[in-house]
Amino acid sequence: MTEKYRNYLAGYAFLLPWLIGFFALTLGPIVASFYLSFTRYDLLTSPQWIGTKNYVDMFTDDYRLKDSIWVTIKYVFLSVPVRLSFALAIAMLLNQGLRLLNLYRTIYYIPSLLGGSVAISVLWKQVFDKEGVFNQGLGLFGIDGPAWISNPHYAIYSLIGLSVWQFGAVMIIFLAGLKQIPVELYEAATVDGAGKFRKFAKITLPLLTPVIFFNLTITLIQSFQTFTKAFIISGGNGGPINSTLLYSLYLYIKGFTFLDMGYASAMAWVLLLIIAVFTGLLFLSSRYWVFYSDGGK
Amino acid sequence: MTIRNNTKSLLLHAFILGFGLLMLYPVLWLISSSLKPTTMIFTDKSLWPSVITFEHYSDGWSGLRNIQFGRFFLNSIFICVVAIIGVVVSSAMAAFAFARIDFPLKKLWFAVMLGTIMLPGHVTLIPQYIIFHQVNWVDTFLPLTVPKFFAEAFYVFLIVQFIRGIPRELDESAKIDGCGWFMLFMRIILPLCAPALITTAIFTFMGTWDDFFGQLIYLSDIKKFTVPLGLRLFLDSSGNSNWGAVFAMSVLSIVPSLIVFFAGQRYFTQGIATSGLKG
Repeated sequence: MTEKYRNYLAGYAFLLPWLIGFFALTLGPIVASFYLSFTRYDLLTSPQWIGTKNYVDMFTDDYRLKDSIWVTIKYVFLSVPVRLSFALAIAMLLNQGLRLLNLYRTIYYIPSLLGGSVAISVLWKQVFDKEGVFNQGLGLFGIDGPAWISNPHYAIYSLIGLSVWQFGAVMIIFLAGLKQIPVELYEAATVDGAGKFRKFAKITLPLLTPVIFFNLTITLIQSFQTFTKAFIISGGNGGPINSTLLYSLYLYIKGFTFLDMGYASAMAWVLLLIIAVFTGLLFLSSRYWVFYSDGGK
Repeated sequence: MTIRNNTKSLLLHAFILGFGLLMLYPVLWLISSSLKPTTMIFTDKSLWPSVITFEHYSDGWSGLRNIQFGRFFLNSIFICVVAIIGVVVSSAMAAFAFARIDFPLKKLWFAVMLGTIMLPGHVTLIPQYIIFHQVNWVDTFLPLTVPKFFAEAFYVFLIVQFIRGIPRELDESAKIDGCGWFMLFMRIILPLCAPALITTAIFTFMGTWDDFFGQLIYLSDIKKFTVPLGLRLFLDSSGNSNWGAVFAMSVLSIVPSLIVFFAGQRYFTQGIATSGLKG
């Protein structure tokens, strides 16, 4: 056996675990999921081919799904921009060559570290209760806050608040991005008499667009898949009146409570499509607003 | 002039610290409430409890339905340890192949692997569940651990980037000394990419410890419950009557994440800053 073939063999030997996983746990299931989305399947009897009925039902028959999509869109389109702006503001606040930067970064990162846990969702349920800490805080300013969790008009905002609170990871990426911007640019701008706002609008923001784009894409994809917060805060049912029924939660209910595996598979494909459309639009738009200082190479 | 600057900088530091503490307030409130007697949790507004009690901790730790909370911790820790070993070993292997060995279709596989990073888990969820259901693995730890031995694309990418920074001359000299690929991997590459492996281990720990969704669909026997599942059951069954114990167990449930975070902070922030995908 020649050296070349020994290398081929070694390459595939090291790659084997990933390859098996790719076929058995990713590609195979993708194909199966597509097939199942055209069937009725409850795990106990074998799948029954029903054509496009699941998809047709989704858009003509399922009012809970309509609520769920609306709630999810609201959640994503409010929480993502607010979380990103908040993270950028904090990153800029910290990026002033401060001593103790490490300490501050740690403090501001902790919410992000813990935010996805059941413990914090449990806490959130209490903090945003009618008599909770948040309303007590508002009370100091003479504001009588509503019951954030149990009022269907406000429940989604407690989820959005929790999502914004987890700004730490995005902030760290922004901080790394801000450090890449050459100081000389700001110095030159100062010499030319530019004020703080001009420097932000003409230097910081344009040079940060690749990082903003990156954060936007990742946060968008993640947000569409949010589950734990909605599950814990609503007690697993997406209530009150579907007001916290995020898409993933409804998919879980359909698939694992009603054991409607075919319908849940169809929902998964629609989610994939929704995410693909939004990330696709983001990528298409990027050529108009994302600025690469190396010309995008 | 310097006095003015000093005041300004002092104010800035005070603001950053104050606002940071405001952000941490819910967590501090959680810790403080877990130490207050039940009657004072919602009446005593000060963050520093005037009476400190550990009754909620012993109360909560005794668990429910004859299962101690410690059991949930052991289950979670077991799943995490196995998951870390699986992800680190298999991802490092794949990364080594991509970064150092030439073989046919390498570019294709690498592109396919990167593509799977973006794929939402929902699309594979149902068939995976059906597979594990058919081999009778549901309600065991196997669906939560075995898949971790097949490498995770994001970490493969992270380690590939790291290995590419290791000079190839090391490979050449090792080969002259008679090292095969396996020895090269074990003796040279693995030790040198320890930082990337530690980052992988830390992120895997965080992801597995808080993987509420996976644990929720695969585990149903309370003896096999993990910390997040135990906490949720605890919330549902004692709920409004026993917030103190729920808070106490909530505090305990975030302690491991905090320990791992503070122990590996350097790797953590580097990992997020350089590739920024998780978290």
